[in-house]
Amino acid sequence: MGTVIFDGVAYGMLLFLIAVGLSITMGLMNYVNLAHGTFAMVGGYAASLAMQHMAVSFYASLVAAFLVAAAIGAICERLLFRRLYRASALDQLLMSIGVVFVSIAGATYFFGPAVQPFTLPHSLQGRVVFAGVEAGYYRLFLIACGIVVFAALMLAMTRTRYGAMVRASVDNQRVAEGTGIRVQRLFLLTFSLGCGLAGLGGALSLGTLGLEPTFPLKYLVYFLIVVCVGGAGSIVGPFVAALIVGLVDVAGKYYLPETGAFLIYVFMVVALLIRPNGILSRKALA
Amino acid sequence: MKTIPLTSRHAGLVELAFWLAVASSYLFLPDKLPLISQILIMGLFALSLDIALGYAGILTVGHATFFGMGAYCAGLLAKHGWGDPLLGVAAALIVCAIAGYLLSYLIVRGGDLARLMITIGVGVLLAEVANRASAITGGTDGLQGIAMHPLFGRYEFDLWGHTAFWYAFVVVAVAFLIVRLMLRSPFGLVLRGIHDNRKRMLALGCPVDARLRLSYCMSAAFAGVAGALLAQTTQFVGIESLGFAKSAEILIILVVGGAGRLYGGMVGAFVYMALHDVFADLDPQFWMFWLGIFLIASALAGRGGITGALSRFVPMGRPQ
Repeated sequence: MGTVIFDGVAYGMLLFLIAVGLSITMGLMNYVNLAHGTFAMVGGYAASLAMQHMAVSFYASLVAAFLVAAAIGAICERLLFRRLYRASALDQLLMSIGVVFVSIAGATYFFGPAVQPFTLPHSLQGRVVFAGVEAGYYRLFLIACGIVVFAALMLAMTRTRYGAMVRASVDNQRVAEGTGIRVQRLFLLTFSLGCGLAGLGGALSLGTLGLEPTFPLKYLVYFLIVVCVGGAGSIVGPFVAALIVGLVDVAGKYYLPETGAFLIYVFMVVALLIRPNGILSRKALA
Repeated sequence: MKTIPLTSRHAGLVELAFWLAVASSYLFLPDKLPLISQILIMGLFALSLDIALGYAGILTVGHATFFGMGAYCAGLLAKHGWGDPLLGVAAALIVCAIAGYLLSYLIVRGGDLARLMITIGVGVLLAEVANRASAITGGTDGLQGIAMHPLFGRYEFDLWGHTAFWYAFVVVAVAFLIVRLMLRSPFGLVLRGIHDNRKRMLALGCPVDARLRLSYCMSAAFAGVAGALLAQTTQFVGIESLGFAKSAEILIILVVGGAGRLYGGMVGAFVYMALHDVFADLDPQFWMFWLGIFLIASALAGRGGITGALSRFVPMGRPQ
């Protein structure tokens, strides 16, 4: 029981890290972006390659993952996504599926179809037993990362000028623009930050989810569930939703191995029935 | 650039010519009949998606749910002794219409994102259920042992796909005729109205949600018919006919052809499946890469696919 909860929370933190950027960008621009997993994959490959070929430590590779994913996210925003903010949801959907396809094909071409090898650094191997729960250091580290990022984002959103501008733009983009906020540039920054966090999540997930070229498609539905159940445009929403999704998924697979894999979809459909706009609805950032 | 004006009478002739051309492939491409039957079936599937997506504007990436449901419905009936093809199509139509109508209550109430998620979620859920219930569906091996009875008790489904071709051709053509009538009826106009300006339609006193539910139900029913046809003509149902990849593929086919146009899906099916057939020996990654590039380009250009491009060369006259 305790182990299941622990694993579920660790998994949820990972989902939160990857999905929170998607939530903010969807709330900001109302953009249906299915390509978010691509940036997580970019981060994962960046970290994996840095560790394999440049003998960088795991922790330094996390930084590299964040930076590379953020940079590529910014380039994609500038070249592709920016052109479609006012387009129909269908066009946005198609373009982001196109990005996913190209990224899968590209990753297979350059890195091969196999799962990237990964060994945990020594400092994260082993586990502690705490109150009857076996807690691996790696998962503890995941949870710590999730909480740190959550706290930092909350502080940034509520205490800084940048956060105030993002909140204003989510609430009402036109008025925000009218007050002199450069929404376009703000969005570029936010998109890039979200991609960077996804990259960080992708790098952290090397040891649990495994990184292969189909990653963006395989876990796409999970990220979308988190955003959709949590409510686009919020940070607390995806945090809560990611925890629930992680717990439901792990518990489902553990206790009901036959049917547990789709417990998560039942949960999503029920959650959307009760609250169609997410448990914390949009326009409620931070 | 010179454009060719086209009156509605000419358009009717073009339509007729299209169907005659497809029919004549029986004579000219006798060794490609199974492929052409499949293209026709995918065209019908794309048309069914178009009712929901192109006309009513319901964002869905889970239409394979109904396609697969119809396929399993007809396949299971045939496997257990009720092998009459028309019975199978009728059963698939009814089952999918009911399922679509029930599901439409979930789908119509949300925004774009919620609709997308519910359609994906239900699709994955059903695919997983079919996968687990392998005693009934055959699981990943697919549903085998479908034995079709002769059409009208006379025409056996032969090995070369002659009967299958004509059967698919006629059913798809009839379905097209029905959808064509439906889209030109007041109901079809209401759907366009909702797609273009939902608020104004509400102000006009139109029961928007009820109309959207009905359109989704019809769309599901035709997707079921397409699935049933595929199951009957190939005498096999694969688990992938329910999956997310199928939903994405049909969406791509529709977009290649042009959403919101009666023949968009059919044109898309011809182009997509013919290209796929030609490039089948190439690396699948290569196919995926260019498909992705195409999707990005078409979304950036936003030009309504092949039929959209055609319509700029050939502006339609107003219906008389």
